[in-house]
Amino acid sequence: MEPDQNTRNAEGTAPGGTPPGSTGAQAAASPRRAIGFRAALQPAIRWETGLALVAVAIVVFGGLTSSQFLTSGNFFNLGVSSGEIAIMALPMTLIVISGEIDLSVAATLGMSSATLGFLWSKHWPMLAIFVILAALGVVAGLINGLLVTRVGLPSLAVTIGTLGLYRGIAQIILGANTISNFPATYTTIGVNPVPHTNIPYSVAIFIVLAVIFGVVLHATATGRSIYAMGASPEAALFAGIRVKRIKTMLFVVSGLVCSMAGALWTFRLSTAVWNNAIGLELSVVAIVLLAGVSIFGGKGSIVGVVLAVIVFAGLQNALLLTNFNQEATGIVTGALLLVSVFVPNAPALLDRARRLAIRRQPASGSAIGAAND
Amino acid sequence: MSAALTERRDPSSPSARASSRKLTERVSRIRESGIIAVLIVFVAVTASIQPRFIDQANIQFVLSNTTVYALLALGETMVVVSRNVDLSVGSVLGLSAYVSTNLFGHSPGIPVPVVFLAGLGIGLSCGIANGLMVAIGRVPSLVVTLATLYIIRGIDILIVGGNEVVAQTLPASFIAIPRANVLGVPYLAIVIAAVIGAGAYYLRSYRSGRELYAIGSNPEAARLAGIPVGKRVFTAFTVSGGIAGLAGVLWAAQYQTIDSTAGTGYELTVISAVVVGGVAIFGGSGSAVGAAIGALLLATISSALNVLGISPFWDLAIAGFLLLVAISLDRLISVKLMAALRQRSSGVGT
Repeated sequence: MEPDQNTRNAEGTAPGGTPPGSTGAQAAASPRRAIGFRAALQPAIRWETGLALVAVAIVVFGGLTSSQFLTSGNFFNLGVSSGEIAIMALPMTLIVISGEIDLSVAATLGMSSATLGFLWSKHWPMLAIFVILAALGVVAGLINGLLVTRVGLPSLAVTIGTLGLYRGIAQIILGANTISNFPATYTTIGVNPVPHTNIPYSVAIFIVLAVIFGVVLHATATGRSIYAMGASPEAALFAGIRVKRIKTMLFVVSGLVCSMAGALWTFRLSTAVWNNAIGLELSVVAIVLLAGVSIFGGKGSIVGVVLAVIVFAGLQNALLLTNFNQEATGIVTGALLLVSVFVPNAPALLDRARRLAIRRQPASGSAIGAAND
Repeated sequence: MSAALTERRDPSSPSARASSRKLTERVSRIRESGIIAVLIVFVAVTASIQPRFIDQANIQFVLSNTTVYALLALGETMVVVSRNVDLSVGSVLGLSAYVSTNLFGHSPGIPVPVVFLAGLGIGLSCGIANGLMVAIGRVPSLVVTLATLYIIRGIDILIVGGNEVVAQTLPASFIAIPRANVLGVPYLAIVIAAVIGAGAYYLRSYRSGRELYAIGSNPEAARLAGIPVGKRVFTAFTVSGGIAGLAGVLWAAQYQTIDSTAGTGYELTVISAVVVGGVAIFGGSGSAVGAAIGALLLATISSALNVLGISPFWDLAIAGFLLLVAISLDRLISVKLMAALRQRSSGVGT
């Protein structure tokens, strides 16, 4: 959306970059004396390393402020309460790396949850419902994917539209009804751990999916293609990458995964209502950006996403235990987001500030005007 | 898109210039006339089924429901036209609504204009914060305003706690604001229409307004052309914040019960209205009037469903569907236009 960084890079003044990795070579290539601070900072900080440190800091903070934080029961709760967000963050990561965005994830979850509740109330067998939910997720993703790739619309606008459409369909299906008579066989998925472990089902699913998405993204030709189309769609097209097909697939996978998250969410709360997980898309996007995935596409990693999930969930949980107003934890999420865009940009910002200060001495002008000469 | 095309006139041949201008003019008219036509057809069909739809009470209802969204859409248009986005408007509205009207309870007898100024001040501060981070920090506005959406809502929740402002603490003159009307048309709707008209005129006819379109069409070219990109973008965010602050006070006057959830999710509705109204989500084209009509159309649809006895549960799905149809149609038209222009210019060349 915001082109400034790229144009800045073209001038060669600073690697005014996007989060993870990749800046090391540029820093090494530029003269060391001119950029003391930056050169010292950049090779040491891979985004993921910073995230891991933050995660450790949160665990220490949580342990110090509450005796309950470092208990297995608490870790279980932490996992249960953020499983679905974490799961939805995985396909979102791939979509953002490919240069698109999917804001309809939580609405797809809601539509799936409403469908599950509705069909169950009509006495459908659960297995048949699962098939329907899978199909629903695929169709939801396909609509997004085709509108983006075949009609050629910006994914931001398309998925704001389908956000309304899918959430609206959930509302049409269930209206003001609440369905909650789900059988214990399924609702225990939400509250019991996987047998012989202390891991909630949703976290186990997240781990399995994270491995699969990680392998696809980092170790297959398709994964490299996703980075390529995010970095430069045209170059990717000319290189023979099937940009449209892969992007459509990514949206379909996202729809499918979110539909599954809808079933998990419904069973965890034993409740199907039309506004399940409403507004959660922004949390998912926040996690992905916190993970160091560039909003412009082309950069990011699954390791980063896993760490960002830990930071996000750990922080919410630690704040919850310190009696901080639970609903206001968004302040911390927002602050983390700002940190995640400003820290990687800090060297470029300092650079610009210094040049501004130098230019200021002979002639003074308004700060904003001068900053954007 | 069409703004970019207008600049592609071939100066060497006057006939090509005239014909291509006619073409672009026709299409630029379509941008708004399309949605106006949809609105008229929609109103006509609904009214023919249920005449109650166009009686005075219902028109008043629709107009006063539109005011807040249309006002927010004006600020959002300025931001979106410059190829940015402001996701924080709903949170700013909520914070402003509570903090400003809470003054009535704290210091009874406070003049109403002071409360509006307080709301404006809160909105401006939020807008300035967004603008500084986007313009000087050079970070994507989607990320910055997503973060401030959370932060401002969090601050709101901390300030509000479990409290709420209730109608009893609000003075009668304040509550009367959205209800006053002239010849059946809400006074407020007229004022806001005038404000939007002024905003649209500024964007269309003032240099700094035009520069927002230039920035949205091609930020790099705008910078090279000497446009103070950062300054203009900063202004757009500041205005959007200030408008959201004012809208918060109006929202409070309209709904009268203000807790920490006021305005939640408004950002997406406002962006829908803007995009349905023909503003390109990647900047460079669209008008504030279109955006306001977009907001009016969404409010009209929701009211029509109500009047026709269709469950309000259909609102959201229809609004979402309409947004998809609007952007798809816009895309098809611009593809057709592009092809037509290319054919013309190649025809002239030979």
